[in-house]
Amino acid sequence: MSVSDIQPETNERRPATAGMPKLHMAIFAVLFVVLAVLPMLVYPVFAMKVMCFALFAAAFNLLLGFGGLLSFGHAAYFGGASYVAAHASKVWGLSPELSIIAGTLAAGILGLAIGALAIRRQGIYFAMVTLAFAQMVYFFALQADFTGGEDGIQSVPRGSLFGIFPVDSNEALYYLVLAVTFGGILFLYRIVHSPFGQVLKAIRENEPRAISLGYRVNRYKLMVFVLSASFAGLAGATKSQVFQLASLTDVHWSMSGEVVLMTLLGGVGTVFGPLLGATIVVTMQNYLASMGAWVTVIQGVIFVLGVLLFREGIVGVISKWLKRPL
Amino acid sequence: MDAVLKAEGLTKEFKGFVAVNKVDLTVERGSIHALIGPNGAGKTTCFNLLTKFLQPTRGTITYDGRDITRMAPADIARLGMVRSFQISAVFPDLSVLQNVRVALQRKRGDSYDFWRSERGLTQFDDEARAHIDAVGLSEFTDTRAGELSYGRKRALEIATTLALDPAMLLLDEPMAGMGQEDVERTSALIKRIAANRTILMVEHNLKVVADLSDKITVLARGEILAEGDYDTVSKSPDVIDAYIGAGHD
Repeated sequence: MSVSDIQPETNERRPATAGMPKLHMAIFAVLFVVLAVLPMLVYPVFAMKVMCFALFAAAFNLLLGFGGLLSFGHAAYFGGASYVAAHASKVWGLSPELSIIAGTLAAGILGLAIGALAIRRQGIYFAMVTLAFAQMVYFFALQADFTGGEDGIQSVPRGSLFGIFPVDSNEALYYLVLAVTFGGILFLYRIVHSPFGQVLKAIRENEPRAISLGYRVNRYKLMVFVLSASFAGLAGATKSQVFQLASLTDVHWSMSGEVVLMTLLGGVGTVFGPLLGATIVVTMQNYLASMGAWVTVIQGVIFVLGVLLFREGIVGVISKWLKRPL
Repeated sequence: MDAVLKAEGLTKEFKGFVAVNKVDLTVERGSIHALIGPNGAGKTTCFNLLTKFLQPTRGTITYDGRDITRMAPADIARLGMVRSFQISAVFPDLSVLQNVRVALQRKRGDSYDFWRSERGLTQFDDEARAHIDAVGLSEFTDTRAGELSYGRKRALEIATTLALDPAMLLLDEPMAGMGQEDVERTSALIKRIAANRTILMVEHNLKVVADLSDKITVLARGEILAEGDYDTVSKSPDVIDAYIGAGHD
């Protein structure tokens, strides 16, 4: 009797691999419509904050969920970019789109430098190296002149898009932020579903095998690290324009922890999980703010419950019920 | 006949313990060469040294006349020397088709394209399906590899490896954990793919080794005990001693 006769086998058909599944397209479309009318329903600044964090979590998810790398220092890219963008707007007088690009590039370069060293280590050591470098960025922000120390960079002017369209009002800025974050999230989706993404998944699933097929896995890891850092930077740079502020909170290690929380709560390795996780965490912080220090306690309880009840995150569990990747 | 893979004075020490000691090994082009020996003889270490998953302490390795002693394992694969693993090596969350495509897309060379749609990968579908057919997995093309039975995972692994069209294959216990029927099927498959390739394999199943190999190297305690065809090796008093000795441990 052969081994293959003993083990049960299911031959469940999966949807064709080519193109975006209709379900994903529908969810993105609904999401876009909801976001387009959202400023009429909620305070636009709050909605913009949610979108920035959703992009941040999605960028983090690219690294953890598809690269299999747990960074504990993503605040460095998020916050670093927010400082650079704030400085570019305030001191250099750049228009918002150029400041955001400057912040994103800075985060990418920072990611390249830190990533090149961190990917030589694995697992917990990788996480520790990223944390150590992020702490260096934090102390740099605390000590350097142009970062404003404890005060951060305040009252950053919003300026005019391309130097033409003023985005001083929250309503005008909202649509810029919507375009940037939604575009960023769609681009991250594309990365996951690209030839590169395919190799990335192979490396995550079985690294020695990917090596034996001739893939130089460290290059892929570095590339996904830089991409993740850049998009985290895009989120941070955009946030600095929204709040007209870059502060130590953005580079603090607790920010690195928060993005891990958002991603795990929503569902690591899913497309929509990080977006949901970010929405839940930001909403909680916003509406429970009056409870002061209790926010952290409530957040902790929700996280513990989340991990106990939904091991794969909320979207991960739903995806299992529906038997479809989400 | 010329040597395609050659190791000279290959030695690996782990903190004072010598796992592989001054092994000289010559694999001739187009042959099936087996590496056997009792448990702990250093077969797998030797195997990992040859594929550069481990760095040798001393000694040199040449492949196709090129010194590969200091090369990275991924670059060895690019030279056409591809290894398999003892535990079945598939990408469990990818479909059978995607598993084989991962091997095919590497040759295209632009697997860094993160801005392109994966739709472009469908150009490899026909070729991938041919490799999948060849190992008898066509009805599982869209199944998640993780859901396949053990024997079929091994078949998928072979299909993926063959998709690279390697000149030399290193198989680490290709029959480990297989039932008799699967062993025969895999034996036939190995014979078929060996037609225009060189194969070096580590194997426990002596019947398979006797049946398939042109040359056998017997390792014991990290050193070469005997070398030659099955008849020579099986009559060697050292080998009989080592195997019976190991059997009575």
